[in-house]
Amino acid sequence: MKTATPARQIDSFLEQEYSAGFETLLEADTLPKGLSEDVIRVISAKKGEPDFLLQWRLEAYRHWLTMTPPHWAAVSFPEIDFQDIVYYSAPKKKDGPKSLDDVDPELLKTFEKLGVPLHERARLAGVAVDAVFDSVSVATTFQKELGEHGIIFCSFSEAVKHHPELVRQYLGTVVPPSDNFYAALNSAVFSDGSFVFIPKGVKCPMELSTYFRINARDTGQFERTLIIAEEGASVSYLEGCTAPMRDENQLHAAVVELIALDDAKIKYSTVQNWYPGDKDGVGGIYNFVTKRGDCRGARSHISWTQVETGSAITWKYPSVILRGDDSVGDFHSVALSNHRQQADTGTKMIHMGRNTRSTILSKGISAGHGSNTFRGLVRIAPRAEGARNYTQCDSLLIGDQCAAHTFPTIEVRNPSAQVEHEATTSRIGEDQLFYAMQRGLTAEDAVSMIVNGFCREVFKELPMEFAVEAQKLLGVSLEGSIG
Amino acid sequence: MSAIDTWVAEFKARSAQLPGAGLPWLAARRQRAIERFADEGWPTRRHPRWQHSSLAFMEQQEFAAASGAGDAAAALAALRGGEAGHWMVFIGGCFNAGLSDIGALPAGVLIQSLAEAMVQRPDQLEAAFGEADDGDSPAALNTALAADGAFIHLGRGIALEAPIHLVFIAGAEERSRHLRNLVIAEAAAEASIVEHHVGSGTAASLTTAVTRIQAGADARIAHLKLQQENEQTIHLASIDSVQARGAHFASHSLSFGARLARNDIRTRFEGEACEALLNGLYHVDGRRHVDHHTCIDHARPNGSSREFYRGLLDGNARGVFTGRVVVARDAQRSDAMQRCDNLLLSRQAEADARPELEIYADDVKCSHGATVGEIDEDSLFYLRSRGLDEIHARRLLTYAFAADALERITLLPLRKRARAALLARLPGGELLEELL
Repeated sequence: MKTATPARQIDSFLEQEYSAGFETLLEADTLPKGLSEDVIRVISAKKGEPDFLLQWRLEAYRHWLTMTPPHWAAVSFPEIDFQDIVYYSAPKKKDGPKSLDDVDPELLKTFEKLGVPLHERARLAGVAVDAVFDSVSVATTFQKELGEHGIIFCSFSEAVKHHPELVRQYLGTVVPPSDNFYAALNSAVFSDGSFVFIPKGVKCPMELSTYFRINARDTGQFERTLIIAEEGASVSYLEGCTAPMRDENQLHAAVVELIALDDAKIKYSTVQNWYPGDKDGVGGIYNFVTKRGDCRGARSHISWTQVETGSAITWKYPSVILRGDDSVGDFHSVALSNHRQQADTGTKMIHMGRNTRSTILSKGISAGHGSNTFRGLVRIAPRAEGARNYTQCDSLLIGDQCAAHTFPTIEVRNPSAQVEHEATTSRIGEDQLFYAMQRGLTAEDAVSMIVNGFCREVFKELPMEFAVEAQKLLGVSLEGSIG
Repeated sequence: MSAIDTWVAEFKARSAQLPGAGLPWLAARRQRAIERFADEGWPTRRHPRWQHSSLAFMEQQEFAAASGAGDAAAALAALRGGEAGHWMVFIGGCFNAGLSDIGALPAGVLIQSLAEAMVQRPDQLEAAFGEADDGDSPAALNTALAADGAFIHLGRGIALEAPIHLVFIAGAEERSRHLRNLVIAEAAAEASIVEHHVGSGTAASLTTAVTRIQAGADARIAHLKLQQENEQTIHLASIDSVQARGAHFASHSLSFGARLARNDIRTRFEGEACEALLNGLYHVDGRRHVDHHTCIDHARPNGSSREFYRGLLDGNARGVFTGRVVVARDAQRSDAMQRCDNLLLSRQAEADARPELEIYADDVKCSHGATVGEIDEDSLFYLRSRGLDEIHARRLLTYAFAADALERITLLPLRKRARAALLARLPGGELLEELL
């Protein structure tokens, strides 16, 4: 009797619906399903790309053909039929929007509904946004203001048109096309994404943000983000994602490359809320993403912060290659899997330079039938004198049907390195709940409070608006998980 | 050459003479095992459990008999040092009754060689021997070729006071030894079993060893393994234990010898409220490699496990540790703790650690920790401020780091033995002995 009432309350709490699950009806320019060299040529032609990029794509595609999908992750899903996916879909447009006023109002409404500040009120929010809808970027705000500082913030397609030399210089230097199966696929078919270039010595005056939206049916989204911070530059970049609710699974295979030169700093924050599927595991996004940062310069700093609440399957390891001496890599992560969600996520910290430091802080929450895996690698190369790593990964279990795994790997080849790893697993105890509830909190408030407390160290790394968003999201995503 | 087909050929040549060749079930298992080995080959980096210890080189590895290996009797005398207990001696992979001294045993305890047991109690063996599918491909090779080892049966409620020592000495004639030890402890039985693997000379040979332990309800089994093979030997071993309700299993693995040593240590809680202690210490130098791969399967509720591994890595050596803890669905109130600490003593040494937790129940207390580092400068400074020179201070701290593992060996004569083995390896061991 004692737990019956809170249990029911929490049940209803856990069964809250995915709020970004609506679909926007728009006329779209969509390629037929399937993948071949011709499809790649069409994508490349549609975007008016220079020949080097087409050749790069084709090479990636030919390499991809020789690869087999990886199976080592602790996730299970039916084989993906790569010929059953639409590789390009774009909202139809007349001539391409010159300004926000030319953007299809339906689209604007979509982003309005999602709370993405595209319009003038964006000025108040002080965030520059690049909105990517299915395969293309539909709007980028504040380009002019940023341009005054010499900052380039635009869609990837624009970057290819206007700054091909930069694209050519940096594309694929962190994640080569042959890196892994999904990175090769992305390199072959990527359609759009964001491009950021912060010139020497410039501190980006506002947060940059990309909002990804999958809308069309049967499409895969393959975006590519490239961020370059030159000597002494710094930037904070945010990424958010949603998709409509559908019964079938959709593939999202993105590649993100970060390059930090001497003294540069890149902070990359993600709040990932792709449609997770319903409570029985029907539908949802397969989020198979390769994210990697390269601390190329001395004293550079790359920091990944992620809140992963969406997707049926999340499979990603934002990593940092600490090449420059005294460079710093951080990874802060909250991953939540509820209902039938599966998350296999973590990071790699490759220490190559002297006195490089890295911190890994991972909080995994499993609820319902969810499965949450932390998988990490810390490698200290022989010449990484004085390298330092601290890793902490904590798992929180809610309910007795969920699973939490930790698979860290530590490889140390330099005796002066100091590497520490700690992991714990615990659950929300009945006594904790009881304590909170006898203080007058409802069961769901109590759970959400405990969970937020568990994640606090990561949330405090997020920019303010995102932290609020993340807390709310966690509350919503947990609904239906306690019983 | 150690290519797969040479082993298949060896199996063909020897299978008819192997002890127990007349037992149909055993012949069939051996046949299946060699087929499996031929099929899978030596594990390489691609194998998820062998990522840090590829055996691909085995394809080209030459093994030779250790002609000129020292006198086994002398080696044994040096090792035993007059210690009491039950001693079984195996030379070159075969039981040697002359050198063995099993001594008086209480009623209900049986200690005999596996080859003998195959003749005398094949039915009991059939259940305990293990299957062709157990373990990875090196274990399958062992299943196919294992000719001898110890068979130990402890009756209900019997506590054997003195340890059972199994001494495996590399012989002068064989290029490989394949040993299998079976331990069956009935309810509430107690015993300590010590495996010594020793070899002299410089010949490269292969040892495969499989030890299978069944611990009945409330049984207490301690297993200590001292691996001191010569520094060219490839040592591939596994220890598999299953524990019934309330059983206690302790494994102490001390790995000092061999060019490449791999120990797969697994225990599975098949009843509630089991306890396990996995303790390990390894010290390697030169270009040698040691790998401990452990798995504790909390299959039933209320189990508790503790795991501590410590590594000392010198020269160009590489030490690998993988510790997997699985908590099954409904194995509530499981308590698992795991630590792996490594000390790098040279610039070229490498330590790899993979502490893994796989949890399917929610009311659990699980933690793991891993560290890799060098000798702490502050401690060094402290000792030097007390008048020790740097070399001795380093040696003392190195010993202190390793001694933690020795403290967990509860049986005093075994702890002393382990300590002596460690000191014999550490530079300046005699001096340390005086200091301590």
